[in-house]
Amino acid sequence: MERPLTEHMRPDGGYLSLREYEEKGGYQAARKALQGMTPKEVQELVTSSKLRGRGGAGFNTGLKWSFVPPVDAARRPRYLIANADEMEPGTFKDRMLMEGNTHQLIEGMIIASFAIQADISYIFLRWAYKLSAKRLETALSEAYSRKYLGKNIFGTGYDLEMYLHTGAGRYICGEETALLNALEGKRAIPRAKPPFPQVSGLWGKPTVVNNVETLANIPHIINSGAEWFINLSRSRDGGTKVYGVSGKVARPGWWELPLGTTIRELIEEHAGGMKDGYRFRSVLPGGASTEFLAEEHLEVPMDFDSVQLAGSRLGTGTMIVIDDRTCTVGAVHNLQQFFSQESCGWCTPCREGLPWIVQTLGAIENGQGTPEDLEMLDRHTDLLWLDKTFCAHAPGAMEPLRSGLKLFRDDFMRHIKQRRCPYRTRNSDDNNIYR
Amino acid sequence: MTTIYIDNRPYTVKGGDNLLHACLSLGFDIPYFCWHPAMHSVGSCRQCAVKLFKDEHDTHGKIVMSCMTAAVDGMRISIDDVEVRIFRKSVIEWLMANHPHDCPVCDEGGECHLQDMTVMTGHSYREFRFRKRTYRNQYLGPFINHEMNRCIQCYRCVRFYRDYAGGRDFDVFASRDRVYFGKHEDGVLESEFSGNLVEICPTGVFTDKTFKKNYTRKWDLQTAPSICVHCGLGCNTIAGERYGYLRRIINRYNGAVNGYFLCDRGRFGYEFVNSERRLTGSLMSSGLPARLLYFGARVIGIGSPRASLEANFALMSLVGEEHYYSGLSQTDHALLSKIIDILQEGPARSASLQDAAASDAVFILGEDVTNSAPLLALALRQSVRGKSLETALRLHIPEWHDEAVRGAVQQEKGDLFLATPYSTKLEDVSTYYYHAAPAELARLGFAVAHELDKASPSVSGLAGDVHASAVRIALALKMAHNPLVVSGTSCGSEKLIEAAANVSKALCKAGSSAKLCFTVPECNSLGTALMGGRSINDAFTAVQDGEADTVIILENDLYRRAERREVDAFFDRARHVMAIDHCRTETVTRADVVLPAAVFAETGGTLVNNEGRAQRFYRVYVPQGSIQESWRRLKEMMLAVRPGVENWDSLDDVTRALENAIPGFGGIASSAPLAEFRVTGQKIPRQPHRYSGRTAMHADISIQEPKPPDDSDSPLAFSMEG
Repeated sequence: MERPLTEHMRPDGGYLSLREYEEKGGYQAARKALQGMTPKEVQELVTSSKLRGRGGAGFNTGLKWSFVPPVDAARRPRYLIANADEMEPGTFKDRMLMEGNTHQLIEGMIIASFAIQADISYIFLRWAYKLSAKRLETALSEAYSRKYLGKNIFGTGYDLEMYLHTGAGRYICGEETALLNALEGKRAIPRAKPPFPQVSGLWGKPTVVNNVETLANIPHIINSGAEWFINLSRSRDGGTKVYGVSGKVARPGWWELPLGTTIRELIEEHAGGMKDGYRFRSVLPGGASTEFLAEEHLEVPMDFDSVQLAGSRLGTGTMIVIDDRTCTVGAVHNLQQFFSQESCGWCTPCREGLPWIVQTLGAIENGQGTPEDLEMLDRHTDLLWLDKTFCAHAPGAMEPLRSGLKLFRDDFMRHIKQRRCPYRTRNSDDNNIYR
Repeated sequence: MTTIYIDNRPYTVKGGDNLLHACLSLGFDIPYFCWHPAMHSVGSCRQCAVKLFKDEHDTHGKIVMSCMTAAVDGMRISIDDVEVRIFRKSVIEWLMANHPHDCPVCDEGGECHLQDMTVMTGHSYREFRFRKRTYRNQYLGPFINHEMNRCIQCYRCVRFYRDYAGGRDFDVFASRDRVYFGKHEDGVLESEFSGNLVEICPTGVFTDKTFKKNYTRKWDLQTAPSICVHCGLGCNTIAGERYGYLRRIINRYNGAVNGYFLCDRGRFGYEFVNSERRLTGSLMSSGLPARLLYFGARVIGIGSPRASLEANFALMSLVGEEHYYSGLSQTDHALLSKIIDILQEGPARSASLQDAAASDAVFILGEDVTNSAPLLALALRQSVRGKSLETALRLHIPEWHDEAVRGAVQQEKGDLFLATPYSTKLEDVSTYYYHAAPAELARLGFAVAHELDKASPSVSGLAGDVHASAVRIALALKMAHNPLVVSGTSCGSEKLIEAAANVSKALCKAGSSAKLCFTVPECNSLGTALMGGRSINDAFTAVQDGEADTVIILENDLYRRAERREVDAFFDRARHVMAIDHCRTETVTRADVVLPAAVFAETGGTLVNNEGRAQRFYRVYVPQGSIQESWRRLKEMMLAVRPGVENWDSLDDVTRALENAIPGFGGIASSAPLAEFRVTGQKIPRQPHRYSGRTAMHADISIQEPKPPDDSDSPLAFSMEG
């Protein structure tokens, strides 16, 4: 099984220097693209590889690149941005990629920048990823001294500057337009689309924002072609996927596997199944802002279309497994607390609706809930949705809430009727530690 | 023209406009908070939601924010759709979750936009049972009260203060449901437009402290349309009175002049009306004035650039044209005469504030407009955004999409060139600024004119870099579609004014539609100057030479217009001095006879602003005691000493007489509807609309409802309602 994204990572987890990376074939793809292809050819190749964005939205990457307008001297510099603000609860795949094979991302960014004729690129890195920051700084320094960045890269006349920018810690910066505002030094509030970043993005110039994992795939597509990439996958979209599993499983971890590996395979084969004494209850397939799936969904392949058909989203592909001893109301409460505290405060439904949801769930969890509370929560899952809110943050929060209310409704009812949390026992280790 | 279907009925709207603006203009009630006609759309509050349908078969539709959606021909929307009505109700419900339920005691009462929108959506039942979030308030200065618990986070305040008015010391802090609008630390707000927060805020977060301290509510007030008297721009206001005291000034929309905003001087500078310096009783018996004038005194009259045209004209008619002096200082007289000559000669027309905001290249010669004409500074701050608008339109970003327009061009600005004696507040948005003495500034101006037109007088000995600037400025003005030259009287320099005129002439000669804007010191400077009459220095001479021995001074403090020893000598020499004024000034203390005059809110009249725009202000309330309208008082005197002269029953008569008497005032009688004007046979009540409580306001004195005063000077009525 081919594992292009992870195969060159050092077993000891140490930093993969530029020299080591090149020994393993690194920067050949960048040379190939810049020296032997046109930007349009690179775009078309990536489009035909069926690489879909790995940040959660799953939009065809090459197609996204094609929306930038032709180069116009008045609308320069153009930007490519790597969205490394990974803060989706349960998600850590980008961190592993940046720590384990730093130059892979840089090479991917060089090629992507070339494809959209960008002049300047940024890595917008999550504040908390301190080791990634160090390694990225080192890698950038190495790349610059080898002249793989800066002026006249590989003697092709193509110039590209690349900068690392660390964020200040807010989740909403992972939303691409809020990221742009944050990078500009403004409040990290999303922008309305249209206009799209490709038309008016960073500093009002043409900009493309891509996820780290997406960009990490680019050198491999250049090297080995679209058909190879498609064949890596078990689904109709191309490539492998970095999957993760957390929760009460025997071996929580992360693995690069063909896109379309099933949920059961991930939990049972790779994560070793549930820990002793725990049973599978539910799973969030792609991070906190995806719908809970149930036992009936264990055979669902983890690819974009299949998970969507099952009623959820692939998202980031890092799963959180819910066991039978975890209070589901507490779990949903915890998730909503996260989303509520990460609301940027711009639009009314998210800013005011999420705290109300949190307080209601808290009341239910503490045995002070009422049946009307469930009605109110149901109502909110409908009201805090796309088009009604300014961005997808609150809708993302509603995905676990809506599915949680459906799948775990009996748990909610028990809290309300019994006026206590039925999962909490005096000596239980599993007393809700989420707070 | 663009046709859209609203709940299946066709309507014609302006293509490309946002749906909210279009529907509001058609008279539909769509609730909103964050949209503002001057600041446009951001789409944050989500209150203006409507349903958008793909076509006539689509029955489900999707919810869109009307403020963020462009009207496209054939578009089908619904305002009454059930789902979207429920959503709009929910938005109010969310805002009400934390909002204090203080309506009965809240000072926004009676003019609370949140109240209105709440009623409009029909939300009335509270389901939220948890604790409300609260904030600490800040001290923001003597004018504006801060009550953050009322905030519904519409972001209008920060958008106005920072984006529109360029202020830096007020901001939004924190995130989520804890966003806070205020300063980094307590302190007086620095922007001279901070008072607009009071009207911009849809709730009572920012309220007028001067209004609030008397526990007045809007429904207690009697208001009338008025004109600001603090500078020469003539911004339109609404002045409100209660219990015989002037209680506040708010904005009155005039698209050509002030638009939606006022400056703090105009908004908060009214309390001189209620101050203990007000003259209330006459300091001599009322018979003396007439006796003075009757018994062969040689009388001159000194008018004032802060008095209305009618008051000045009444004085002129009383003393006779040859004995009338304009009340302007010698310098002001010369400068204003020059300005009038320039504007009358043309070809450049005078610019309104609306024109100023639409200019794409501006050259300011000498004026610190932030101080001499504050709303002009605000307008010019918007003018430099014209360039970003062009770029945005080319990117197919509609002009009402506020954040996107600003984001499209970031810091790039249109041309604004400043030539001032010292650092001024517009420098942060200027292209270039130059500091020098007025004479040098004038030379720069002449150099620019010469660059534009070699026939215009040249300047020699200009420093190299100054000459380069002149070339640069000239080029920018030449390339612009709507260039504007701004100058005025503040520097006391005729040369500056001449230079500004030369620049505009040169531009017009090349076919440009250039405009000129001159700032003038007072609210009727231009009007007074147009009336003619000599300066006060000539009046001093007349008295010193013994040509006159009795002086009537109308609403003017001479000590502000001439050297102290000259004024002292004048008062020493004059035998009788009669002062008509509303406040105790130094001139008043030198007068033998003092007659208390009505302030702007206690009388009607016409003022001519710096453009040459005649505007009428109306009486808000009838003043107490022996305070009388100046023009009426002067008319009474005139009738007493000149038998057979035509009586003026109403203000219209004076205005008409002025129109007939002085060339150049043709048409002024039509600057306001005549007193006979009626709407369906009725006089127009002063504002606000019917509030039955007003008639009970004097119940503590007497339960009889007093007969409202009669207003024969305007089509407005003092009614039970307002």
